[in-house]
Amino acid sequence: MPVFYGVEVGSALMLGTAQYPSPATLAGAFRSSGAGVATVSLRREAGGGQDFWALVEGLGTRVLPNTAGCHSVKEAVTTAHMAREVFGTRWIKLEVIGHADTLQPDVVALLEAARILSEDGFDVFPYCTEDLTVCGRLVDAGCRVLMPWGAPIGSGLGLNNPYGLRSLRAHFPEVPLVVDAGIGLPSHAAQAMEMGFDAVLLNTAVAKAGDPVAMARAFALAIEAGRAACLADPMPARDMAAPSTPVIGKAFLS
Amino acid sequence: MLAHRCEGETAEEPVERLGAAAAAWWERHAGGVQRNGTLVLTLARDRAELDRFARRSRGHRVVDAEGIASLEPDLAGRAGSGLFFAEEAHLSPRVALETLRLRLADRGVRLHREAPAARPEWTVDARGLAARDCLPDLRGVRGEMLVLRCADLALSRPVRLLHPRIPLYIVPRGNGVFMLGATMVESDRRGKVTVRSVLELLSAAYALHPAFGEAEILETGADARPAFPDNLPRLRRRGRTLFANGLYRHGFLLAPALAGMLADHLERGIRPEFMDQDIDGEVTA
Repeated sequence: MPVFYGVEVGSALMLGTAQYPSPATLAGAFRSSGAGVATVSLRREAGGGQDFWALVEGLGTRVLPNTAGCHSVKEAVTTAHMAREVFGTRWIKLEVIGHADTLQPDVVALLEAARILSEDGFDVFPYCTEDLTVCGRLVDAGCRVLMPWGAPIGSGLGLNNPYGLRSLRAHFPEVPLVVDAGIGLPSHAAQAMEMGFDAVLLNTAVAKAGDPVAMARAFALAIEAGRAACLADPMPARDMAAPSTPVIGKAFLS
Repeated sequence: MLAHRCEGETAEEPVERLGAAAAAWWERHAGGVQRNGTLVLTLARDRAELDRFARRSRGHRVVDAEGIASLEPDLAGRAGSGLFFAEEAHLSPRVALETLRLRLADRGVRLHREAPAARPEWTVDARGLAARDCLPDLRGVRGEMLVLRCADLALSRPVRLLHPRIPLYIVPRGNGVFMLGATMVESDRRGKVTVRSVLELLSAAYALHPAFGEAEILETGADARPAFPDNLPRLRRRGRTLFANGLYRHGFLLAPALAGMLADHLERGIRPEFMDQDIDGEVTA
């Protein structure tokens, strides 16, 4: 199971808590999937979200507060401090949005916020792109987890750049890597796990499914399958057919 | 809006079933119900949202650009396809409540703003979010809305605009007045509307029709809806007090059903569908 900042979590599925039809459905999705981490936003709910945050804490899952909706270093740092107060955790999923339409991270502001928060004792989970240089700088800034996107948040497009994600895995073999955002189907999550990613973080694909509780379970199974496949060392793909039974001696030319 | 079919897209089953009778109830007791249905639209790039909504709701038919124009001439050319929910209705909530109050007064019901001195046989506690002192699993879900006047646009029915980030509905109130709603934020803050919410609501309305760009903003409103974890209402009995609460965003849609259950329980001892705790607060369902 993945280990983040010295803490082993119970599942490689990390599940967001937004957009569900109701908190009861949200709780059902966590029960059916056994998700190891629950992410929760603070920005928009600030000043009145205590009831919902209490519900999230009641899920019995480790909570990873996030800075969703922040567009500047200052906003993100302030929100992180608030999260530490509210949830009593050093963990913070750091999101600094740079582009309104695609919700791409502002990697320049992200780096600065990551450095400030790491120096301040936070365990930072940065939502980033798969750019090797940016990821290297985030590690230099103190991040011990990297969370590259698969595709834009909420798009459900899956892994847009498998080459880039593979390359990231190869360059940072010791850093826990989580594909965060863009996952639409369990097969996308399985693909990330087959590539050797440590975990997958998703929200919309479960919350906006017709049956979120059943979909959460489907994701848990896919992630387990993907992880098992990765550990089992998959065969290489090849262009030429290779029969699994010998054909010599069979009347294959007749 | 009395939109049991559209709400059925995400709400639990009782909302659609029990909400179906709301329009007839309000018409009978308050009048002013307009049964013109609901039109559901998307902007071109969110077309997939319309397909999803169609799959998860019932009681609609698909309308093309021509169909949209014949239902709402002022929306001609604004969308290529939509869904029409013919069974749904809308009313003016404030007018309906005032009419209800006057009719109750005609029947001898007296309204007081303070608790009566004599202890009543039964107390029905319907204080909404204020009843959290007795109902610890009640939470607030913030909603924000705007009232606009737009002389250049006429609509006959509520229009819902599906959008992955900013779902919106526009309800015509007559005389060029429209209600725009409503945000859903997991917060019990009751303060004024936020800039972000106003920006989102107005930009969605403007995208639906540019005529909203010239509309006057008559009113902004924000409050917190009382809701239980499954967003369904509850009737709970403690001694001689009955709590009726948790109507969430379905106040006008489910209040008739909830009030009916309450009356049946008081008068005939029938156990209400929405009762999950008994006299001592023990969980029974």
